[in-house]
Amino acid sequence: MLKMDRRLFLKGTALLGCSAAAHPLMNSITFAALPGDNRLVVIILRGAMDGLDAIQPYGDPMLRKLRRNLSVGPDNGALDLDGFYALHPRLEPLLPLWQKGELAFAHAVSTPYRDKRSHFDGQDVLEAGTGNDLPVDRQVGGWLNRMLQVMPGTSAETAYSVGVEQMKILTGKAAHLSWAPQASLTLSPQAQMLLEHVYHDDPLFRDAAQGAMQISGEVSDIGKMRGPTADAQALAAFTASRLNAESRIAAFSIPGWDSHASQSAVLGRALDRLAAAILKLREGLGPNWQSTAVLAMTEFGRTARENGSGGTDHGTGGALLMAGGAIRGGHAFGDWPGLGEGQLYAGRDLMPTRDIRAYAAWAMHGLFGIERDKLERTIFPGLELGSDPGMLA
Amino acid sequence: MSFGFPELAAIRLGFGLSPLTPPPADAETVLASVARSGPDPAAMTTAEASQIALSFRAGVVARRSGKPEPPGSKEAEQQLASMPIEDLRRRVVRAVDDPVGFGERLVQFWSDHFTVRAINRVHYGLSMTFQDEAIRPYVNGRFEDMFFAADTHPMMLVYLDQISSRGPNSVLAKRRPERHLGLNENLAREALELHSMGVSAGYEQKDVRELAELLTGLSFSHKGGFAFQQAWVEPGAETVLGKSYGGGRRGGLDDIRAAFRDIARRPETAQYLSRKLAVHFVSDDPSEDLVEAMAATWRATGGDLPQVYRVLVTHPDLASNLRKKVRQPFDYCVAGLRALGVRGKDLAALDRKVFNRAVWEPIRSMGQPWWQAKGPDGWPEEVEAWIAPQTLAARINWSLQVPRMLLKELPDPREMLVSAFGGTQSAELAWAVPKAESAAEGVALILASGDFNRR
Repeated sequence: MLKMDRRLFLKGTALLGCSAAAHPLMNSITFAALPGDNRLVVIILRGAMDGLDAIQPYGDPMLRKLRRNLSVGPDNGALDLDGFYALHPRLEPLLPLWQKGELAFAHAVSTPYRDKRSHFDGQDVLEAGTGNDLPVDRQVGGWLNRMLQVMPGTSAETAYSVGVEQMKILTGKAAHLSWAPQASLTLSPQAQMLLEHVYHDDPLFRDAAQGAMQISGEVSDIGKMRGPTADAQALAAFTASRLNAESRIAAFSIPGWDSHASQSAVLGRALDRLAAAILKLREGLGPNWQSTAVLAMTEFGRTARENGSGGTDHGTGGALLMAGGAIRGGHAFGDWPGLGEGQLYAGRDLMPTRDIRAYAAWAMHGLFGIERDKLERTIFPGLELGSDPGMLA
Repeated sequence: MSFGFPELAAIRLGFGLSPLTPPPADAETVLASVARSGPDPAAMTTAEASQIALSFRAGVVARRSGKPEPPGSKEAEQQLASMPIEDLRRRVVRAVDDPVGFGERLVQFWSDHFTVRAINRVHYGLSMTFQDEAIRPYVNGRFEDMFFAADTHPMMLVYLDQISSRGPNSVLAKRRPERHLGLNENLAREALELHSMGVSAGYEQKDVRELAELLTGLSFSHKGGFAFQQAWVEPGAETVLGKSYGGGRRGGLDDIRAAFRDIARRPETAQYLSRKLAVHFVSDDPSEDLVEAMAATWRATGGDLPQVYRVLVTHPDLASNLRKKVRQPFDYCVAGLRALGVRGKDLAALDRKVFNRAVWEPIRSMGQPWWQAKGPDGWPEEVEAWIAPQTLAARINWSLQVPRMLLKELPDPREMLVSAFGGTQSAELAWAVPKAESAAEGVALILASGDFNRR
């Protein structure tokens, strides 16, 4: 496919008289050296995962007082991890990973976003990776993109945004690719040449078309997934296939975490999707799983108390899930703030004890050797990195 | 080539030009056309939607207990299963046929502003009624009426969990302490954050909380319909944004309506919604001048929408920002069908499987699955959110495949270049179209072009 593109490109330039430097297909032909063997996958959990239910701190006696039907602990089906925390029963498929040291979590984490508890601003802040010094609507570009900008030896293939929707975490100046598992494109050579001409002066369409023409010829069919977790599995399978090739960084999202009512059903379905995605990544990556870190992050946690509808409302501190052979699994990270009187944030939410960006930063430091000052100034402006939590194997 | 207001209005305010109808002559024609976008007289009502839901449920219950299904339950189930695609089809039919399109674009805008989503099949009917009961009657009226209608409509009460919210000190909560009944803040938060003032406005968690308390009592069930339950109400007055509501025994809906009216008329709401309209119709980064002119009219008229639309339609920014926006997938497919000369009745007559391949599946691949916005904030506006390799591939595929699927004879691409753009096309496109290998590829080039995907 690439060969054919080049031939077409030459034909196209001769015919249309475009300048070679400006031609869209030019950039994609050169592959730069790869930035090492490690891989990072970020999964954005949209809608605010209830960390207190996904990873239940049942060792805190206050949990039972705040929640009657949710986070019911190991006596009622949750899976004890370490005598203090228990895994939600629907994450049981991931228990073997915990036992093998390939699954970990950090509790009581948050972005610097506070008080308004809007999903959309919360997600924007999470993906932008910035502090509160900029109004939310002025934040442009995501932190994974800023990492690409400071990493040596990257090319567009290094990072993939996976899925139909835009991932703001990867937007920005550094080139990257995006594709959805179910997408396809076949054009006749003449149609392709004419389309390139038509898009030539419109960078938005030109770059997207270039990506589509190139990627559609390269990717192989990942096969049909079935059942309620099919979408999540397809995203993961496609991500794994790209990470097995030139890519080292990928991001996709899993929606459906906003459990204001009937949380056991809503959260159960979302956890099924997350577990299926992680297992599919593991299966698809094969031996490369050993050099992979997966961070599953959400915009904020949910209220410590159960609400009147068997659910929880928007909160502050939440949980970060980590998986992969590159993770030092089987460990609970982070300081537990307690759920007692005076220990909650604003009297209602889990108090964050560490910035979630610090974990992402330490992962980037360990996986890709990004230096401390770049992490604190460029990628996560204003972040105090603090000490290494040691969550990489 | 030259073009004037009619072409501009068709492309930017409607669903593009059509070989079948001339574009609107002037601003008055555009504004007058909105009156045509009222409710469909034949549309399903909430009561009918509930009948279908109950019938379907009765069938499920019977099946579970091994009893024969009551008459009508199978039909109800089939009707529910086809509702999402049939809802899309009726929306496309009206949009394709409307000669101006501004009213239908506004219906799309406001339906997205008040995004609802039926997660469970028993609520599909409500999702069908939402637009005819809560959006279309008010699209040419006052914002406060739409705000109240949308946020108290059964579909919204279900979607944003209001039906499970109870005053913690309500009669019911006191009577049944073992049920631990309490508030659900979801609707109250989105009413302020998304539906009116915007997240940057100066409201606080306390306002969300008190509005949530004021909203207690709103209820809906398929059996009981919409009702105000006095026993669910949190007693006492609630202070929202410094104003006190309720507290007397007079109660419920009137107090809620008063609060919505006050919020709708606030300057923050005027600003937030004027900007949102300008972003949708003009540019992702609209000028202060345009937004302020609309907001000033909003403030002066208390949110009289036709007068706010007038500012938008007659503002010079409309011309100076041509093609700054990208057509969202629904708008894109409607515009494509119009440009191909397809009529609403042809679409209405299509086999459902063909309509599925021609519109339902394509808009999903383009990133806008019908009835499935990810959250209550609806679809994104930024052009970058819509044009990426995977979604542009879907648009190019549509351009290549769907015209041949729907038309016996394709238009001559050179004629279509004129009828679809009215002189607004770029030199690159005019150069390329006649060089296509076939009519199919010429038509595809037009529909896949940046000129056509932008507006």
